[in-house]
Amino acid sequence: MTATLNVGNTRLADPTGPSSAAARRKTLVSRIVVHICIIIGVILSLFPFYWLLTMSTHTTAEIFGYPPKLGFGSTFLENVKAVITDVDLFKALLNTFLISAAVAILVMFFDSLAAYSFAKYEFPAKNVLFTVLMATFLVPGSLSLVPSFVLMSWLGWIGNFAALIVPGAANAFGIFLLRQFAQSSIPNELIESARVDGAGFFRTWWSIGVPMMRGGVAFLGIFTFIGTWNDYVWPLIVLVNPGQQTLQTALATLNSIYSTNYGEVMAGAVISVVPLIGIFIIGSRHFIANIAAGAIKG
Amino acid sequence: MSTTEQVAAPVQAGGDTGPTRRTGNRLKKFWPQYVAVAPFYILFLVFGAFPLVFSIYLSFTQWDGMGPQKFVGLAQYRYLITDGRFWNAVENTFIIWFMSTVPMLILALIIAFLLHQNIRFKGFYRVAFFIPNVTSMVAMAIVFGSVFSDSFGLINSAITALGGKEFGWLSDPWGIKITIAVMVIWRWTGYNAILYLAGLQSIPTELYESARVDGASMFSIFTRITVPMLRPVILFTVITSTIGGLSLFTEPQVLLGNDGGTGEAGMTIVLYQYNQAFTQFDFGYGAAIAWALFIIAVIFAIINWRLVSERDTTKPKKSRRNTPAAPTSPEASR
Repeated sequence: MTATLNVGNTRLADPTGPSSAAARRKTLVSRIVVHICIIIGVILSLFPFYWLLTMSTHTTAEIFGYPPKLGFGSTFLENVKAVITDVDLFKALLNTFLISAAVAILVMFFDSLAAYSFAKYEFPAKNVLFTVLMATFLVPGSLSLVPSFVLMSWLGWIGNFAALIVPGAANAFGIFLLRQFAQSSIPNELIESARVDGAGFFRTWWSIGVPMMRGGVAFLGIFTFIGTWNDYVWPLIVLVNPGQQTLQTALATLNSIYSTNYGEVMAGAVISVVPLIGIFIIGSRHFIANIAAGAIKG
Repeated sequence: MSTTEQVAAPVQAGGDTGPTRRTGNRLKKFWPQYVAVAPFYILFLVFGAFPLVFSIYLSFTQWDGMGPQKFVGLAQYRYLITDGRFWNAVENTFIIWFMSTVPMLILALIIAFLLHQNIRFKGFYRVAFFIPNVTSMVAMAIVFGSVFSDSFGLINSAITALGGKEFGWLSDPWGIKITIAVMVIWRWTGYNAILYLAGLQSIPTELYESARVDGASMFSIFTRITVPMLRPVILFTVITSTIGGLSLFTEPQVLLGNDGGTGEAGMTIVLYQYNQAFTQFDFGYGAAIAWALFIIAVIFAIINWRLVSERDTTKPKKSRRNTPAAPTSPEASR
């Protein structure tokens, strides 16, 4: 591996020089070794998805059989039908989609407004406010399950989607992230000239700030959507009526009640996983770059 | 690193920012900026700060969530100290955290190092490693439950096919912990690898070049340059893994149910909190468990901080480049 160690963007040349045939062979071998290691990792990373897909196409008897069936079966549609008759998974899919979309849109709106204000304007107590915002990162969410539940019951929001949407409508992480985007991508001169033309704060936010931060705003939207979609413990606690479950709680119910019908449970899991993976793959390039930026840039 | 350049804020460029103006004027002038940042603070006060304070009060009461609240002073905490189930949950949480975090971060470092080589299909590999992180843990806990199943699971089938003896992955106390740790490793290794990769890419090439010129070996380049330069990112991943590890809930709950499996071998602190508050309807005790968890988290934060500042005095030079900032994980954002 010595010869190909990539430092920065330029590969270090082997002391013998790239023209040497032995060195080139060594490079080739080490490249193949690197690829093999990575491919083993990729297989381990993706195998559970493959296994989920194959199990959803088998009957329960086939899944319990020995030796295990490694390929695809033919009962996928039957399994899906069983899921639909037992739990209203499509209702849950719709609920989850609506909740996740609502939270994502609200977060994009409120966080971009706050980030724009923090990044581009001076106002009294700004630094104190921002320090408070950063400090809220330190409060772990699982600390307040019980009192939050009590609060929701006072508000009459138990069994109400508002309990899932309103508390998540703005968050410190998104404001922090978008503030960095705003600082680096919105030129002050642009805001200044719009101001001279008579545009107010909200006007410049909408017509200059949002378009220039759109990469960050889009990332935050996808990120929030995925996080809300996968949320489990909070919906489990506050959505008490069977008719308004989210995908995650519906799937957990399916798993605990119909656990004898394995093929059916797996088909339900497929339905809950596939839409999200689709969304992720569409936005993946952007997504991965920004995930890293949050931890590196600071 | 862009925090220092707050240049020419448009509003102040207007001019009349004399120190003698009355607050009424100032509010009139700055109201859009305050309105813009207000929603977060209002939501945090109502749904973040208030429950936090309220839970201190709750932990001093006995309450089933409906009947009258009874003030019991420190009784819940006194019970907590002697509660074997709670300490079992603490022990389990630590064991699973350790068994998952150490291999996970080492694997992530190796993957990042490999991905940093000048190879093809890098984009595809990154997506493939990252996908587990965006997938619903409920669905994947169900899948892992079948792969590790004692009777028909793929792992035990493979073991028996190779002539070994079946192992109780979901019934043995250690089997349960290993299964949960494997799920955590599977889900978070790619995420951490992506962070390390970004860290590697931000290390300046000249450092490596001058080390090469000085005749440093690959191993010493890795230990003397790569790891120290990555230290801020490594610290960030250790902190997020600690927060995530302490709040482990979905994996054991879906895999083993509300009681944490045979002998409560998979009971974690948050699962125990959920169990006591929402299946036993002991809200006061649930709140006390939450505060115990908070104290544990604070102790961990202090240990982490100590470790870092000690390392800082021995290696003063090359650490301050990248400061880890915000927790960037779907889990931490809630």
